[in-house]
Amino acid sequence: MSAAAIELQNVSKFYRRYAYRRRFSTLKSALLKSTLASELNPDEAFNAVDAVSLRVAAGSTCGVIGRNGSGKSTLLKLIAGITKPSSGEVLIAGRVSALIELGAGFHPEISGRENVFINGVMLGFSRREIELRFDEIVEFAELEEFIDAPVKTYSSGMYMRLGFAVAVHVNPDILLVDEVLAVGDEEFSFKCLDKFAEFKRRGKTILLVTHSLGIVERFCDEAVWLDAGHVRTKGDPRRVVHAYTTDVEKTEERVLAAGDRKVQRVIEATRVGDEGPTRVGADQTVLTERPPDDMFRAAQGRWGSGPVAIDQVTLEGDNGVGRVFQTGDRMTIRLEVSTPEMVRDFVFGVSIFNAEGVCCYGTNTDIEELHSNEMLGQGEVVFTIASLDLVEGTYKIDVAAHTRGGMQYDYHRLLYTFRVKSQTKDTGIYRPRHLWTFTPNIRFKDTRKTEDSSV
Amino acid sequence: MLTNLRTLFRHRTLIQTLVVRELKARYRGSVLGFFWSFANPLLLLLVYTFVFSVILPARFADIDNYALFLFCGLLPWTWFSSALTESANSILNNGNLIKKVLFPAEVLPIVAVLSNMIHFFLALPILVIGLVFFAASVPSVSEVFWFPVVIAVQLLLSLGLGLVLAALTVHFRDIKDLLANLLTLWFFATPILYPMAMVAERGPMVGNLGRVGKVVMDLNPFTHLAISYQEILFYDGPFGHWRWLLALGLASVVLFVVAYAFFDRLRDSFVEEV
Repeated sequence: MSAAAIELQNVSKFYRRYAYRRRFSTLKSALLKSTLASELNPDEAFNAVDAVSLRVAAGSTCGVIGRNGSGKSTLLKLIAGITKPSSGEVLIAGRVSALIELGAGFHPEISGRENVFINGVMLGFSRREIELRFDEIVEFAELEEFIDAPVKTYSSGMYMRLGFAVAVHVNPDILLVDEVLAVGDEEFSFKCLDKFAEFKRRGKTILLVTHSLGIVERFCDEAVWLDAGHVRTKGDPRRVVHAYTTDVEKTEERVLAAGDRKVQRVIEATRVGDEGPTRVGADQTVLTERPPDDMFRAAQGRWGSGPVAIDQVTLEGDNGVGRVFQTGDRMTIRLEVSTPEMVRDFVFGVSIFNAEGVCCYGTNTDIEELHSNEMLGQGEVVFTIASLDLVEGTYKIDVAAHTRGGMQYDYHRLLYTFRVKSQTKDTGIYRPRHLWTFTPNIRFKDTRKTEDSSV
Repeated sequence: MLTNLRTLFRHRTLIQTLVVRELKARYRGSVLGFFWSFANPLLLLLVYTFVFSVILPARFADIDNYALFLFCGLLPWTWFSSALTESANSILNNGNLIKKVLFPAEVLPIVAVLSNMIHFFLALPILVIGLVFFAASVPSVSEVFWFPVVIAVQLLLSLGLGLVLAALTVHFRDIKDLLANLLTLWFFATPILYPMAMVAERGPMVGNLGRVGKVVMDLNPFTHLAISYQEILFYDGPFGHWRWLLALGLASVVLFVVAYAFFDRLRDSFVEEV
């Protein structure tokens, strides 16, 4: 095992939960305070980082993932030495450059050139060392034309680029990166990644806090998942990322399920055939006998005249009832329907809408030439999609029972939500099954990437 | 003290760069630019001279070359008061540096004091021209020797106060507002507009109050700085106030050491409170 570049031993960081006013009640307590931790009541303390032990070997790249507020940035600040741990120890071997906020020290009134020097000095360099790297920095930031203009005239992208360029050109042993790849355009992101790759090749240690799980998988030797200040799991990036995404899906399930329960209450409160329009709940879902004037403009709701009623709608995946699916999963929409009297003219329909309200797909039994014969009592209609070939996003469903002439028995408009996850960040609506093939003279560096695309 | 000085020495490039940045940034975009360093104190001088010679003729304004006398105290006071105001705000205004970069916080108040010192230096030539032109006094060699000493004492005093104010303002933001008013009061309690001799002889206040007034003014550190500047630059004759000045110098060294320790004590809290 190679030497550790970063080592955290049981490191905790408490923050006071309440306003800073209560921090020191008197000047005396400000001066005599022993440690912050001993002053805090447990209910006042907030553990941003809680007993974290971590070891990053010199020359390795470690990705830190986790939800917002899980303590990632605090961890980075502890490693950078910007804040001191409340307890535990942080050991660092080598010069650290922290990319926490790019261009944090820039002064808006003075030129980019002068700011490069000042920023470099702040990062611990002599003017001479910066002079040697100056041209390289400017070239990397692509700001040759603007370097003598005051920084306040820069676009935010230019500002970030310059900040990034200075920070990576100061030749640190350890580079701490906090979600800075999100800034700048695509081209610059690639440039940043290339720079990181170069660092890696040169045996530098990189700690990367990011929400781009793909980068963690492709780029890191090790990943750490922080959850509420604890290390949930660490190790092989693919395994950690997988564990994390599974957990995120579970949370999404819970959120969507909570939404569905609300819808369920609406449906129970609005039995088809009740007299007159009824207003239910705070979300203003309205049951009316007649559809709204412009049906497809209507927000979520339910309307219809009966007697056929859709009593319950459930979404199922391969692992039972669920609302989060992977692209290409099987999805089943199950409608529990009932009618107290014999009905001979009926059509069942399903449509899927994306978050922008675009109808991704819609069909009904009539279009597909299933001619109704008779229906009585309770029954089930099951609509199965063998492969859910949609891109990542949130989708809503319309389900309906109506006559062939278009009179609505029961129409549920956008009441059911599901989410599609995808490993690839492709765009559009529909993801046709596809395969890339190349003649042998066209080669790609990253084999994993090509595997992923050939679903 | 030694470790403090060593830390500061290590950060000298940073301090120097930031002072230059401060100076460059201050007048960037204004038409007169650096000329304001001269123009500001000159305008202030005009205002005070006009008020106390024309609008409210005061007996203390009767002395010969009153404007020059005033200038001798006003210039260092401007340095002192802007240095304290800027130091007090320095950490709060640079929250980004404290929170996002590993940055030695003490550099900020020090830069505030030093950049105002440079402004003071830039305005000095005007004072010298005035002194030569009106030939109020020709400073002797020994007086010229004392001049840097006064400046050094004022620098130390400002640094000490600046460090304390910077650290405290992070926790008690009220200081920002208090300080502005306190400095106004302080200005009038210092023999800048009027000569100290007037307080000693007739006193602005009579009887016991007058004696109390004298004691308060003796305890006011800037009294001794102002008198020193006036004796060296304005009045003829040898510099007689040196005992007070050296005592103040010693006190300032102690203040600086204590202030630095105080600052160190609170340093870790800045990241969370800024």
